Amino acid sequence: MSTQVRFLTKNFGAYDVSSIGAYMNIGGFKALRKAVTMDPEDICTMLSDAKIRGRGGAEYPLGRKWSQARAVKGENKVIICNADEGETTTFKDRELIKNDPFNLIEAMIIAGFVCGATDGYIYMRAEYACYRPILLNAIRQAKNYGFLGENILGKGFDFNIHLYSGGGAYVCGEGTALIRSIEGKAGRPRMKPPFIKVSGVFARPTCLNNVESLSLVPHLLLDKDTYMNCGMGESIGTKLVSVAGNVNNPGVFEIPFGTTVRDIIYNLAGGLQHDREIQLIQFGGASGKVSDASILDTPYTYDDLRAAGVMVGSGGMLVIDKRTSVLDFLRMNQEFFSEESCGQCTPCREGNLHIKIILDKLAKGEATEQDIKTMGTIAKVMSMSSLCGLGETAQNTLQSAMKKFPEVFDLGGTQA
Amino acid sequence: MLTAQTKEYPLSAELQAKIDLVLESHDNDPTQIVGILLEVQDLNERHYVPEPTAYYLADRLGIPVTNVFDCLSFYSELSATPRAKYPIQVCSSPACRVNRIDTERLLNTLQNLLDIKIGEITYDGRFTLERTTCYGACDRAPSVRINGHVYDHLDSIEKIEALLRSLK
Repeated sequence: MSTQVRFLTKNFGAYDVSSIGAYMNIGGFKALRKAVTMDPEDICTMLSDAKIRGRGGAEYPLGRKWSQARAVKGENKVIICNADEGETTTFKDRELIKNDPFNLIEAMIIAGFVCGATDGYIYMRAEYACYRPILLNAIRQAKNYGFLGENILGKGFDFNIHLYSGGGAYVCGEGTALIRSIEGKAGRPRMKPPFIKVSGVFARPTCLNNVESLSLVPHLLLDKDTYMNCGMGESIGTKLVSVAGNVNNPGVFEIPFGTTVRDIIYNLAGGLQHDREIQLIQFGGASGKVSDASILDTPYTYDDLRAAGVMVGSGGMLVIDKRTSVLDFLRMNQEFFSEESCGQCTPCREGNLHIKIILDKLAKGEATEQDIKTMGTIAKVMSMSSLCGLGETAQNTLQSAMKKFPEVFDLGGTQA
Repeated sequence: MLTAQTKEYPLSAELQAKIDLVLESHDNDPTQIVGILLEVQDLNERHYVPEPTAYYLADRLGIPVTNVFDCLSFYSELSATPRAKYPIQVCSSPACRVNRIDTERLLNTLQNLLDIKIGEITYDGRFTLERTTCYGACDRAPSVRINGHVYDHLDSIEKIEALLRSLK
């Protein structure tokens, strides 16, 4: 039984991604033509009705975000597409860029129209540089056809798209760091406020969206009903999940919300290699939370996953079998954050370092009960006082593991 | 000297022309410095941005050279020091590393064939083994990334050997 659907991914393989003509033959830019005849506020309402939450990981409602962007007073607003997908186990945006670049361009133009922006920036991670020509070509062709530039479709609005390259820094997925990077500086985050919706790139009001959130919009404008009929409860529609780790068939799958975790792992991702047992599953990338196999029958929705102690986040699912211990996994994950912390603020710089040291001690059997307590305190301090989202979420994995696998941290009073 | 006062850079006319082309393709826009540096770095066989080149770029773009070096040291894809002709990047993120047998075989085979350890460079400057964080090919593990290209599903010694042989 397959539970995959094709809503967001229906253009995959359906047209030659180097040709705008091929895209228009399958109905490309119809959504834009429809959007410009609508009241922008109605489009925001439609997104709110569909209860779309930001697909980058923060889960902020898209309709509300666009509505707020519209309401900000200021000239020369900006739309940013965050294609700096740096979360381990998350590679869904890669598929959208590679297989449906024109849809992303169309979505950004619609976003520009709705929010009243004049410029769009796509910030793509350096690791995806091989897809740069695909996007540059799509932008150039859209310009030649009059979908970008001045007076688009005779509706008197101007919009241009610029492609920027990241340089291999995970922290640049964070809004303010990403903006610094677009401004030509090292991507170190800054304090908020001012919030980027008021003062973002080049101090212009900025609306920042993930590739997947944006890509949904043209499809939704044309075929709202199919989307609204999918899903379960408060989680309407479909979601791209990327599954990796010890599974037979890792990859990106589009599922209707409500598919069980078991269905995703065993039917879509082909089950575990050599039918091994599940040790743990990490949801939503390196900063995501973990669960054991007891989550298998939970439906994949925002509310159900949250109730089970994890989050949808970026849509990544890392499945790990019994060969890797929980502690080993935590140490690998912690290495990632020790490497990627920008070092600007003390809680994140020192916190990540010291948690790494304590986890290493724990693995060697040298940790004391005080160490475990200290580790819990550092994790709490980091989440409350770090400068940006990286430090705030870095210990999600550890904190959820401490709850889910207390035995790993229980020294049994043998060590004083 | 290489200062902005003298405007003399020890760059060959050929290299200068290539850099100018890169600058032009980025509209000589100083905000695109990261993308520019990535492309300029690839003009060098050792995949780094030498000091004279950094000064030249700063001058052409009208930005302080410290800005250029700040980027060179901040972004992991950029380097101010020479690397190998083929820097072999091995992902050290959990998603790749939990595929234990394959990952260990990949690392051991690479280290044995090249006779270097992670972080070292071969005597002829052709290969180095670098650990990197996730490059978004988690579904294609075990893989390595060399000069921007991902070589995936390296699950046998034969495939790894064939890959190394293909890199001349």
